[in-house]
Amino acid sequence: MGEHMQSNLFRIGCGAGFGGDRLDAAVPVVDALVASGGPACLMFETLAERTLALSQLARRGGGVGYDPHLMDRLRPILGTCLQHGISIVGNFGAADPVGAAQAIDALAREIGARVPKIFVVSGDDLMVSPHRAEIDPTLQACLPAGALPLSANVYLGASQIRDALIAGADIVVTGRVADPALALGAVAAHFDWSFDNLDLIAAGTMAGHLLECGGQVTGGYFADPGMKDVPDLANLGFPIVEISADGAMVVTKPEGTGGCVNARTVKEQLLYEIHDPAAYLTPDVVLDLTSVSVKNLGQNRVALRGARGTRRPETLKATVCYDGGFIGEGGISYSGPGADARARLAIDILRGRLAPDLQMRAQTVSTQAQMTALFDDGPKRRIATSPAGSFDLTEIAEIQNDVRVHIAVRSTDRAEVAHAMHELGALYTCGPGGGGGVRSTIRSRLYTSSALIPRDLVDASCQEWSDAR
Amino acid sequence: MTVLHEIAHSRAGDKGDRLNVSVIAYRAEDYTRLVEQVTVARIREMLADRNPGAIERYELPNLGALNFVIDAVLDGGVNASLDLDGHGKCLSYRILGMHLNPN
Repeated sequence: MGEHMQSNLFRIGCGAGFGGDRLDAAVPVVDALVASGGPACLMFETLAERTLALSQLARRGGGVGYDPHLMDRLRPILGTCLQHGISIVGNFGAADPVGAAQAIDALAREIGARVPKIFVVSGDDLMVSPHRAEIDPTLQACLPAGALPLSANVYLGASQIRDALIAGADIVVTGRVADPALALGAVAAHFDWSFDNLDLIAAGTMAGHLLECGGQVTGGYFADPGMKDVPDLANLGFPIVEISADGAMVVTKPEGTGGCVNARTVKEQLLYEIHDPAAYLTPDVVLDLTSVSVKNLGQNRVALRGARGTRRPETLKATVCYDGGFIGEGGISYSGPGADARARLAIDILRGRLAPDLQMRAQTVSTQAQMTALFDDGPKRRIATSPAGSFDLTEIAEIQNDVRVHIAVRSTDRAEVAHAMHELGALYTCGPGGGGGVRSTIRSRLYTSSALIPRDLVDASCQEWSDAR
Repeated sequence: MTVLHEIAHSRAGDKGDRLNVSVIAYRAEDYTRLVEQVTVARIREMLADRNPGAIERYELPNLGALNFVIDAVLDGGVNASLDLDGHGKCLSYRILGMHLNPN
């Protein structure tokens, strides 16, 4: 694109697209941002719907309330970002943005970087809102009778992030904000976009939407061998969006990394988690994707333009988490002749042992014997494994499918769930022949629900963090 | 007989108990075929065992894509679901198994 002027670009890289994302993904992104020499920001999205409630629980249990991988993610890149003026914006503050800011400050001192200017965005946590009494009926209305909210966080928009960056923040730590806001706030700060210019805000939101899941736009969650081949996913490069003041953008990734950026990866991510594509609701704008054009420029570069915006919704969406009791999951395997019938028998036996009103799902999963190695024994000897042992693939015709029984139960009573898992284990000696490989886990469940909160009941703000607090 | 997988790719996303599945034509000229054949009724058939609620289809000719929004198909959503694939991420490829009429 001739009009995509290099000199007037802002770059946003993404270092993580969810809480469980790779910890080293940001390193090549930062290297590429430094090499570009232009103004840039690095964003981290590490919060899922229920992450905040989990963080709240962790914090109550004496653990950290922010992203438990925060130090792992920032340690390799913090010094470089500070040195080169690459701002960092992340929702890794989770349930404790102030704690995260303190930890980042300590990390900067530890690695001998310059002391960063860290801003904290607050106001998303409705549990500590001064308007709690007014908000409570709305929260309760979205919960089943008797349920109490464990966490309630409103999705904030981009304006506090923008304000923090304009005030000189090196790092902006947030809790819950709309994922695209992490990018939009940085772009709006850089180009001094008005939030009234809805098409520009829509463009910044679209950029954030493409970035927010990290490698999902650069070849992750995409490969389909033979149909959509992706090189070197073990070294997947995370995305960088180059955006210009008029809202035109190019999605790309660092050179020398794996993955790919093409029209297909971009279209898949553009529609990811979208409902009505003419009206994607965000706190800052209602995004319309129906006029967006996607153009493959080659060499892992894809240009987009044409995002349109209409006025933002009057209310803000809040995610409310509440206690959902317990879930137990487990399995047992059967192999060889009659494996299917033995697996079904195992399920029948369990049903006979467990209370008839226990909520339970049982299924069988058939898997062909897995190939696991093709390494040291020469090209012709390939090893397959099944629960019964290892086999030469030359004998593969002799191997029957493995069948895995998978059961899942849920209850508000942990003991009931534990009993079901115990009964699963007892199938070793009291169940069908040849059952092996029992595994089971029990975890507490968190339900989420949504509520719409009037904006005047949300006090969003950004403040510089300092030791004095 | 053509399988949808030969002419389109797909991605699933979840929000609560609601799933969206995009179906994107590899070649622009196949988009019409998607519009004609990948209908709400066919999607409902393919997910029948999950007993879906309302299904909405959005057309995106600018992307050569359809976007399906499928309610109540995730057993309450990932936090509540007893399914192995609580997110419903596998369902995009199940839909790509749809058989299409010759065209």
